[in-house]
Amino acid sequence: MSQETQLTLGRMEAGQTGTIIQILGGRGLTQRLKALGIRPGKKVTKISSMLFRGPVTLRVNHTQVALGFGMANKILIEIDKSA
Amino acid sequence: MKILLMGNPNVGKSVLFSRLTCTRTIASNYPGTTVGFTRGYLKLGEAQVEIIDVPGTYTLEPTSKAEQIAAEMLKEGDLVIDVVDATNLERNLNLTLQLLERPVPVIVALNMWDDVHHRGINIDVARLEELLGVPVVPTVGVTGQGIRELVSRLLEAAAPQVIYSSSDERWAKIGDFVSQVQSLSHRHHTWREVLEDASNHPAGGAAIALLVLVVTFFVIRLIGEGIINYVTDPLFNWLWTPLLMKLSFALGSGGFWHNILVGRLINGEIDYFQSLGLLSTGLYIEFGVVVPYIFAFYLVLGILEDVGYLPRLAVLMDTLMHRLGLHGYAIIPTILGFECNVPAVMATRILESRRERFIAATLISIGVPCAALQAMIIGLVGQQGMQYVAIVYGSLFVSWIIIGLILNHTVKGFSPELIMEIPPYRFPPWRVVGEKLWLRVSSFIKEALPIVLGAVLVVNILYTVGIFDFMANIAAPIVSGLFGLPKETVVALAIGFLRKDVAVGMLAPLGLTAKQLVISTTVLAMSFPCVATFVVLARELGARDMLKATGIMIAAALIVGSLLNLIM
Repeated sequence: MSQETQLTLGRMEAGQTGTIIQILGGRGLTQRLKALGIRPGKKVTKISSMLFRGPVTLRVNHTQVALGFGMANKILIEIDKSA
Repeated sequence: MKILLMGNPNVGKSVLFSRLTCTRTIASNYPGTTVGFTRGYLKLGEAQVEIIDVPGTYTLEPTSKAEQIAAEMLKEGDLVIDVVDATNLERNLNLTLQLLERPVPVIVALNMWDDVHHRGINIDVARLEELLGVPVVPTVGVTGQGIRELVSRLLEAAAPQVIYSSSDERWAKIGDFVSQVQSLSHRHHTWREVLEDASNHPAGGAAIALLVLVVTFFVIRLIGEGIINYVTDPLFNWLWTPLLMKLSFALGSGGFWHNILVGRLINGEIDYFQSLGLLSTGLYIEFGVVVPYIFAFYLVLGILEDVGYLPRLAVLMDTLMHRLGLHGYAIIPTILGFECNVPAVMATRILESRRERFIAATLISIGVPCAALQAMIIGLVGQQGMQYVAIVYGSLFVSWIIIGLILNHTVKGFSPELIMEIPPYRFPPWRVVGEKLWLRVSSFIKEALPIVLGAVLVVNILYTVGIFDFMANIAAPIVSGLFGLPKETVVALAIGFLRKDVAVGMLAPLGLTAKQLVISTTVLAMSFPCVATFVVLARELGARDMLKATGIMIAAALIVGSLLNLIM
């Protein structure tokens, strides 16, 4: 059985893995993220977030990318939670 | 024929460029090392072809100024070598497929091939070549593996011109390609990755940053002092001084040429700080004080750049940097400033907005002393005790923060958020570290030596003619009144415009107290940038913003100098 929940990348916990459902932003943001390989359907793992609304680091494919907190909150994720 | 080297940021284009052209360029492990473009030449059979190292870009649909440059340069190329990071096929292929839509022939260099196996990735190169319809050659830039094959297959480059109707369609195709050519095998965490994870964690990251800072400073000091005590000082004292004394005797121990070349004898001896001759003070400041530290700084910071630590520092510092109107990425040009402010100001191009570039460049010119200046500060102020060196660095750091806070509130515009790729830690072969160090140190000597000698000559002549007294008397109210310094220091402060290291050298014979040394070196570090930095500031920011930045520097130097005088 697996149970799924949706939340933004900013609110994910470090170590969690999920699939990007949607980028809640304008064309500019979507394009920039896409160029880095961050787009709907991709599996991402959150690695860490810095304190005080600092940047979020995630792994997508074999790369690590750091994003500002605001951007991270515009990325909607469906968590893979295997029971 | 013009060949363009194109690819995503930090895939090793500059390393391949050096390999192909046998010219040496600076490569580091962070995205955006190449902000301008470099040309070189390759002999292809009988013909001489031009190779251009294009700044990295993720896409031909530009999202920043650097990417725009890359997209525009594509129009001029006759052939493109698309450099692909083999460990990151999917994202890199996005640019590749965009390139393959264009009418220009493309050949793919599958770089970082050695890293692929470490990461448990298997790529079917023959199949990839078939799917793309252009030659694909696995390469390892740092060792040179695959370069010969790349060159021999250059003319096989093809332009399939497969056009996709939308980026989604292109991504779907990439997904299809990757699933056909790449397979992953499971493997355990390497200690590199453990280290990577530790430095991403807030507490672990802060601890590592502190450790790096402390170790960096001590290693630089150890190497710099070591070279001075065991190499350069013995050479000067045992070899050069006797030679100079012979020359001095031959010139009759006085006269015009004696004063220019050997300088004044102090109690019948050469004093490397006070004699002011081209062959005494001039050479000593350059080779006896500055170059040992240049060597130390460039070695240690060069390793930090190559290992890939700086992007992690950028993430860690992002929150603080936002308070200063910047984002974390700005820490990279700032750290480069500790080597030399000139490339640091140029590196601010990686920042997206004009406002950020202005703030970053101004803060670098004020609060970040270059390696040559630091060499002199550590050498001269350090004689009085390291706590005084700490006061100089502390004052600069506090000013850097306060001026940043002020600029963040006063400069119009907004600062965008951080978005950057974090490269894996890489440990460059010693040969690569050595080549980069040699390139930087030798170009430092070439560029700095004429100006150092020129500055010493100017000081010498001004001294002889007696203009110094005149200058000193005019500026006395500021220097003595505000800073509590003897009026002779005016000369040193003025020379700072030419070269800061020579300027600090001019302070040596004045017999200043520790407090006066702290104030004068701090003011020197903060006020006018040196001529070279001045020129890049004007070029990068425009004349108006450069003057604005200079105004801020002078005001800051006046305030901090007076405050130090009051407090200490």
